[in-house]
Amino acid sequence: MNFSLSRATLIAEADLVGIAGERAVCDRRGVLYFPDLRLLAVSDLHLEKGSSFARRGALIPPYDTGATLLRLQAVIADYQPRIVVSLGDSFHDGGGAERMHESFRGQLEAMMAGRDWFWVAGNHDPEAPADLPGETVRELAIGSLLFRHEPSKLRVEGEISGHLHPCARIVQRGRSVRRRCFAGDGGRMIMPAFGAYTGSLNVLDRAYAGLFRLETLVAYMLGAERIFAISGSMLRPG
Amino acid sequence: MPPRYLLRVTEQPRLAEQNAAVLLPEPFVKWFGQKGWSPRAHQLELLAKAQSGQSVLLIAPTGAGKTLAGFLPSLTELASRPKRKPGQARRGIHTLYISPLKALAVDIERNLGKPVEEIGLPVTIETRTGDTPSHKRQRQKLAPPDILLTTPEQLALLIASNGAKRFFEDLRYVVLDELHSLVTSKRGHLLALGLARLRAFVPDLQTIGLSATVAEPDELRRWLVSQAAPGAMSELIVVTGGAKPEISILDSEERVPWAGHSARYATPEIYREIKRHKTTLLFVNTRSQAELLFQELWRVNEDTLPIALHHGSLDVAQRRRVEKAMGENALRAIVATSTLDLGIDWGDVDLVVHVGAPKGASRLAQRIGRANHRMDEPSKAILIPANRFEVLECRAALDANYLGAQDTPPLVNGGLDVLAQHVLGCACGAPFHTGALFDEVRTAAPYASLDRPTFDRVIDFVATGGYALRNYERYARIRQTKEGFWRVSNPAVAQQYRLNVGTIIEVPALNVRYVQAGSRGAASRGGRVLGKIEEAFLETLTHGDTFMFAGKILRFEGIRENECFVSNAPGSDAKVPYYGGGKFPLSTYLAEQVRAMLDDPQRWKKLPEQVADWLRFQADKSVLPKRDDLLIETFPRGNRYYMVAYPFEGRLAHQTLGMLLTRRLDRAGAKPVGFVATDYALAIWSLADMGWMFKNREPSLATLFDQDMLGDDLEAWFADSWLLKRTFRNCALISGLIEKRHPGKEKSGRQVTVSTDLIYDVLRSHEPDHILLQATRTDAATGLLDVSRLAEMLSRIRGRIMHKNLEQISPLAVPIMLEIGKMPVNGEADETLLMDAATLVEEAMGPEMTD
Repeated sequence: MNFSLSRATLIAEADLVGIAGERAVCDRRGVLYFPDLRLLAVSDLHLEKGSSFARRGALIPPYDTGATLLRLQAVIADYQPRIVVSLGDSFHDGGGAERMHESFRGQLEAMMAGRDWFWVAGNHDPEAPADLPGETVRELAIGSLLFRHEPSKLRVEGEISGHLHPCARIVQRGRSVRRRCFAGDGGRMIMPAFGAYTGSLNVLDRAYAGLFRLETLVAYMLGAERIFAISGSMLRPG
Repeated sequence: MPPRYLLRVTEQPRLAEQNAAVLLPEPFVKWFGQKGWSPRAHQLELLAKAQSGQSVLLIAPTGAGKTLAGFLPSLTELASRPKRKPGQARRGIHTLYISPLKALAVDIERNLGKPVEEIGLPVTIETRTGDTPSHKRQRQKLAPPDILLTTPEQLALLIASNGAKRFFEDLRYVVLDELHSLVTSKRGHLLALGLARLRAFVPDLQTIGLSATVAEPDELRRWLVSQAAPGAMSELIVVTGGAKPEISILDSEERVPWAGHSARYATPEIYREIKRHKTTLLFVNTRSQAELLFQELWRVNEDTLPIALHHGSLDVAQRRRVEKAMGENALRAIVATSTLDLGIDWGDVDLVVHVGAPKGASRLAQRIGRANHRMDEPSKAILIPANRFEVLECRAALDANYLGAQDTPPLVNGGLDVLAQHVLGCACGAPFHTGALFDEVRTAAPYASLDRPTFDRVIDFVATGGYALRNYERYARIRQTKEGFWRVSNPAVAQQYRLNVGTIIEVPALNVRYVQAGSRGAASRGGRVLGKIEEAFLETLTHGDTFMFAGKILRFEGIRENECFVSNAPGSDAKVPYYGGGKFPLSTYLAEQVRAMLDDPQRWKKLPEQVADWLRFQADKSVLPKRDDLLIETFPRGNRYYMVAYPFEGRLAHQTLGMLLTRRLDRAGAKPVGFVATDYALAIWSLADMGWMFKNREPSLATLFDQDMLGDDLEAWFADSWLLKRTFRNCALISGLIEKRHPGKEKSGRQVTVSTDLIYDVLRSHEPDHILLQATRTDAATGLLDVSRLAEMLSRIRGRIMHKNLEQISPLAVPIMLEIGKMPVNGEADETLLMDAATLVEEAMGPEMTD
């Protein structure tokens, strides 16, 4: 494997997180990178969410796809992964890929070129995206890792999923701070949503019940400059 | 006792009687005679002007009989209207009455119904508010009453419905109550646009505005009439006088605190006053002050006097109970916030106590008008300053009230978000032509200076979102026909519009519901709802925390969906003080008065001795600022260096100044750590010695306070300030970019379809000149940031900055220094808090935790 200098400096030992024996970087921009596999995972892009709303009369700005792709392009340029896994809900709805503007399609295809690209099926986009390369899969096992859109109720060591759009909240000195986060307990990891218009759900919400070993739960909250690892006991609901 | 709008004959000038005979139809004269009353001169004057076809603004103090005056033209005209013959078409609405409060409309229905019945007028009066059942609304459309009492939102809905033109074609008068309070908000903008539409339906429509005293009556006069002829104004009638209120400032035997807002020290003295009077109305500035004062009063309420609490977050049923008890004179005291500000008559209040400084002279006058609702008897009021600066402020306000000074805010241009809402509403009612609607909109005073390109952009926004990337043509909400008319593209658009009409944005709030102590909800649903409380406050609570609400000390049990569960807390001390700072910023006028007072030791004689002493100490240890100067003190304390500035320009302007100065100090290498702003002062603390830096002109204070900070620094800070995001959310909701409610689904708070913060970020980076961002910046600059006031201040103090470098804290600096730590510092330090939390974890668990 050949790391360029800039890539190597991105990864400090201290930033590495262990998931079922694999080492991963929780990037503060919301992607997960496995240096040993040269694999980049990103979840819940929700491309074309803007136009999906517009169809129903809410004319929110049509720039979300562009914004999301631009950020994705930046992380891909930094890590130069061999494999990219888009963990489902890549498009906000089944017609999303079709509606996508030509220029965005071109941008996406340029990113995909020269690497293995997997579209994991999500609940918003169960079918393969129209006219785009890449392989659509229900789930994907690589090494000790299992990539799927929705976390399974059964405990699966090494499961990497999305779907729930985790965020975490802390209260310090009477002030509340809420941020998107990676949520992991050493065994499984739920990724934050990456899309520009994606909302989030607190990791202490009922929807997460039974998914984590609470005593080892850590929320890796996304900061402006870095990730903040906050232990589950410090987190607040809501 | 006669109702408040009438006076005994003996108190009236004879001229009025003569006029009355000319202007009033026979049954009215007879009725006045039977009652032994006589109409007032201004009531007849208004009638005469209205009868000659004029629109009129009536400015009068509370208790002057404004309401009857406003309706006399309608009632007399309706009295002499020929009876409808059988088979003749139904007549439409004759008079539309619009008030800012639902409760006021209901109140008027009652007050107006009585004389109508007694005179035997063939006049039907009905209300139409959000509470009106839909069958009644339907019926009102088919068989309209003669007089319809309603709110601005209902008018917008009526305009957006099919057949609006027919519904209003017989309209003669629009009576606008409490106009002074309506015009200053976005509700006023929407209402002005609605009036313009009504005038397009009925060109000779007359308006009658009823208002409390304002600083610039001409602004309201223009507001009332079409601006097709630029600058046109309504007629004006001003009723002056009324008895001079007896206002005093509590000269407490206790020590007046340096800082804080609770006025807890004065509780026993307030209680003594309550005992001495029949009914006392206690005004405070914020809901949390209301809760605190209520608790404190009950703590000393040995005689268990009936003392009640009234504020906007309490459950409606609870509020109605209090209002009813008050009307029946069953209460001895009511602790209230601004929900009781407006002109509702609540029985015989003989004392108003104002706790905390009133923040504006006009506000004080209006609140005091609540007492003794008869114009010719003096109102009695006591001001209770909560801290020492408030003593100065109360004194200034008191002088102002005696002088009749007015400091109502100037009117601002109409919001573009409101215009967007109105444009869609118009399309829902009937197809419109761009040029015609543009001309119509410009007849509304707030939009008189609107230019055509901006209007075209608003239309474009309503149609397809107005984006440079023209992706949404196929999803257009309104479309232009071949003939050039804009019409709604499908019925769902109109349905959506109706659900989202209005400009009142509710802060995300949760129901507060009782459960059994220790339970987290599920099992014990169904306890009583006490009211609503903001999500933002609840977010700072942990299970088991106690706080005050609805006059109780409550224990926080948890949050479930949109409900906050609470139980009765044992003890009597709320652990979490529930305080959000002052609600209104200090008015410019009062600020100037306070500065003048500091500069004039002669005026200190009127101040309580302990406060005058404090100022003398200041003169001794440091210096007192001159009236037009800005005093800056610097001093070290602990391991920090402090700078305290005393602009007296209000909290908002100071907050903005604080944000901008810290940016500049940071660039200058002062390493600022934080700042805190009050209505009077601004304190910044840093790691480097700012006193030394200023003395050596590195940088000089003149450079630091240069007006150019309102250029790039302001723009840069605007970029991702949470304040801007909050403003954007309001604009997005009002303009209809996103929905408050969607058919079939109740959306609220965080569940709003897509977070507006995310939309803001995306839009700002891709289309920074989008019309909605333009609207947001304008709003923020006038409202939240008070940029114009800051600009005036910076220009006033050029060359007039006085720097005092001290060894230690000065007496004048004590109040603001005490606020440090009590007030959240600002919204930008989130990362620091995260860092703290992450560090705590590492300390407790060791670094392997993150491995």
